[in-house]
Amino acid sequence: MLSEVSFLIVFPALAAVGIYLCPQDALRHWLVKIASAVIGVVSVICAFGVIKDGGLYFPAHTLWADKLIFALEALLSLYLIIQGIKHKRPLVVGLVLFQILTMIFLEFFSGHHIEAQHNLFIDKFSAIMTLIIGIIGTLICIFAIGYMKDFQHHHRDQPDRRPFFFLLLFVFLSAMFGVVFANNLIWLYFFWEVTTACSFLLIGYTRTEEATRNAFRALEVNLLGGLGFVMALYILICSIGTIEMDKLFVISKFAALAPVALLSIAGLTKAAQLPFCDWLLGAMVAPTPVSALLHSSTMVKAGVYLVLRFSSILQGSYMGLVIALIGGVTFLITSLIAITENNAKRVLAYSTIANLGLVILCAGIGTAQAVWAGILLIIFHAVAKGLLFLCVGSVEHRKHSREIEMMEGLITSMPTMATLMLIGMAGMFLAPFGMLISKWAVLKALVDVSPLLAVLVAFGGAANLFFWVKWMGKLLLAINPPTGEEKNVSGEEFFSLGALAVLTVVACALFPCISTYYIEPYLLGHYGLSVSMSSGNMTIMLIMLGLILLFPLISINFDRSTKRVAPYLGGANTDTIGTFKGSLNNSRPYAMQNYMLEEFFAEKKLYPWGLRISCFLLIVMFALLLFK
Amino acid sequence: MNTLLIFIAYVVLAPITGGLLTGLDRIITARMQSRIGPPILQPFYDVGKLFSKENLVVRKAQNLFIIFHLLFLILTGALFFCGGDLLLVVFAFALAGVFFILGAYRTSSPYAYIGAERELIQMMAYEPMLIITAIGMYMTAHSFNVFDIMSSGKPLLLQLPGIFIGFLFILPIKMRKSPFDLSMSHHAHQELVKGITTEFSGPTLALLEIAHWFELILILGIILLFFPNNIWLGLLVECAVFFLIVLVDNTFARLRWQTVLKAAWAATYIFGMGNIAILSFLK
Repeated sequence: MLSEVSFLIVFPALAAVGIYLCPQDALRHWLVKIASAVIGVVSVICAFGVIKDGGLYFPAHTLWADKLIFALEALLSLYLIIQGIKHKRPLVVGLVLFQILTMIFLEFFSGHHIEAQHNLFIDKFSAIMTLIIGIIGTLICIFAIGYMKDFQHHHRDQPDRRPFFFLLLFVFLSAMFGVVFANNLIWLYFFWEVTTACSFLLIGYTRTEEATRNAFRALEVNLLGGLGFVMALYILICSIGTIEMDKLFVISKFAALAPVALLSIAGLTKAAQLPFCDWLLGAMVAPTPVSALLHSSTMVKAGVYLVLRFSSILQGSYMGLVIALIGGVTFLITSLIAITENNAKRVLAYSTIANLGLVILCAGIGTAQAVWAGILLIIFHAVAKGLLFLCVGSVEHRKHSREIEMMEGLITSMPTMATLMLIGMAGMFLAPFGMLISKWAVLKALVDVSPLLAVLVAFGGAANLFFWVKWMGKLLLAINPPTGEEKNVSGEEFFSLGALAVLTVVACALFPCISTYYIEPYLLGHYGLSVSMSSGNMTIMLIMLGLILLFPLISINFDRSTKRVAPYLGGANTDTIGTFKGSLNNSRPYAMQNYMLEEFFAEKKLYPWGLRISCFLLIVMFALLLFK
Repeated sequence: MNTLLIFIAYVVLAPITGGLLTGLDRIITARMQSRIGPPILQPFYDVGKLFSKENLVVRKAQNLFIIFHLLFLILTGALFFCGGDLLLVVFAFALAGVFFILGAYRTSSPYAYIGAERELIQMMAYEPMLIITAIGMYMTAHSFNVFDIMSSGKPLLLQLPGIFIGFLFILPIKMRKSPFDLSMSHHAHQELVKGITTEFSGPTLALLEIAHWFELILILGIILLFFPNNIWLGLLVECAVFFLIVLVDNTFARLRWQTVLKAAWAATYIFGMGNIAILSFLK
């Protein structure tokens, strides 16, 4: 297993260099496809291997790896400092300097006597993350081939930096594998910082003023999280004397709580929770595959992954409760704000923040049932949200707009794309699809521990229902739409979209297996007890899934014989479609627009409240840390 | 075997009872307005006649949504009466409602569109209260399973008075009664055009009517769940509630959607969440 695990960390990085150096577009595209296929296959092999072997910790016997990682980290810091100076960002320079100096202090003066026994590991939870990164991540990379071709075509004024783009994507994949396989927290910190840097460079890809500004914003917030990480490392090395993740579960809960809380702050920044969430909204200027890969399916998941890892330590503590509250408040407020958004990518971004909040909520609660729900949320959200981001990207290139209102009639003008989007949206909020299974599990986990938090979820869930159905309706509504707008969507794009749509459905059908072979054994290891959905409920979910699948099958050839008439317009119909007889007997077009409910849930009104509440909760967290 | 029998009994009896109740509603309403009113079987005659009418559509796929709406409503009810998980019942209920709304969007007609948007607002207004009802029942009966709650034998109403009031508050939304009948009024007294159902005609409209009967029975079933210790008392309260809703329907005019959303969420927050807060402090 060690060979597979190290392969997954090293190979994408090597492939990235190969892809970067490749001189020719067509050849590079093939390299991307082959590398993606290899990564996908090895991740599956890895994940299947874990079913047999269970959790594995690999003994460390390579000193040079430590040295290499330290050297790379120093180089990375140097690069970020140069960037910070070049763009006059003192905060970036300060944060990076502080972190690298602390790391040097720990490496050479304080922590050199501590040696990790196990640098890498893989268990059932990392195996699930491996599958997400290895399959969804690479599908997004394949999508990017076709998408970026269009992107450069649409942005002729900007230099073609696609080799650099793919370099970053694959370096990022490598770093993500590192994050989920690292047991040595110093290694984990290194990979964590690499994902931050990749995110920074990819957001700034177009080099416009807005992109650069937002990229630095993202960098600053994530470096702030990195600060929390470094402080956690400092406490671990100086007062606890270990740098290994698995040791944290062995020492007393009380001693482990302080470093875990600091790591959770790092997790909260990366998962874009309130009050840190604005960087994720700014990150939407990046090309869509970046939003899909980094800012919904994988990188932000690293944040929740970290908190969820330690949730058995947080369980039952006030610290855990505060973290859960931050997640719950984030879920409620960002779900409500999403109702008033018309920009598709911003709706998706808010919904991503909301769902990550739900996972943080589970992690803070930390019971076996909550962790079960949290892991399911990570899986289903990654698939469905990745699909939705990519769809919006493809539609944007055809419609030249990200507005949801502009997607009216998509079911006629781009039928395949609209169907894929509908599947993705159903996957986000409708029974019996994945997110709803998870929401069921979240509620079930909350009622036993703190029913008042369940009320937050109930209100937030209703908001989710509103903005998703509203959007679905917009796609279905068609007054007089053009047809055949999706002819020039590339094969790569359709391949990835189709695969993700199939995964959205298959993940629901297979979720009993995922639960039995991965999540339950993981919980058994950490909690000594296992939870699941009762088999009766699983059957009902599967029956509903079967019924829903009938819908697209029947709709293909439904009601050909019925008589079609014009819609009712109060008797003022005209002969042309989409118009009615106006007051002066002239023909006027009619249009329909969604309710935005701005008077209730405007971003301007709610966001400051979210900031206030979450800042207060953060202060409580620090107070708990200091006066523990 | 037992489950299958209950399922068959439910599928047969629910629409009959629901239809009769609708007929009763029309008679009571007529008496309140000093009319004699139609015979109690009138809803069945209406539905029978609708089936004989021509099926006109604006968009071909629109009626399929309604068929699935009915299908999932039956499934939701079956899940409830065969002793399923109350949370799943709430979710399946939402799914059925979403199919109805999407069907109305698909018709691409301005009147149906406004109806659909308003139905969506109504759904957002009542959804939290339904989930809170399930949570409250779990806190007292320690199970989401409908049969477990029913056999718990505890007087749930005494522990969940706030939730019961909150549930009564959202009841007119689900029963399409004034003052909360934003998307479509069940009686024609204040409707401009037939809201969300504007573009559904003939047999499809008949299906919608039947779907409403199933819905009605499911809602009444949930009310009965508050009285696991005394079914007869439950039935009595149910009759009173039914009469009350008809009375309110005939005395109030329709409210604006802003007021409905605010009122429903405020009631959910104060009565529903308040009740849960008290329960969790007492625990």
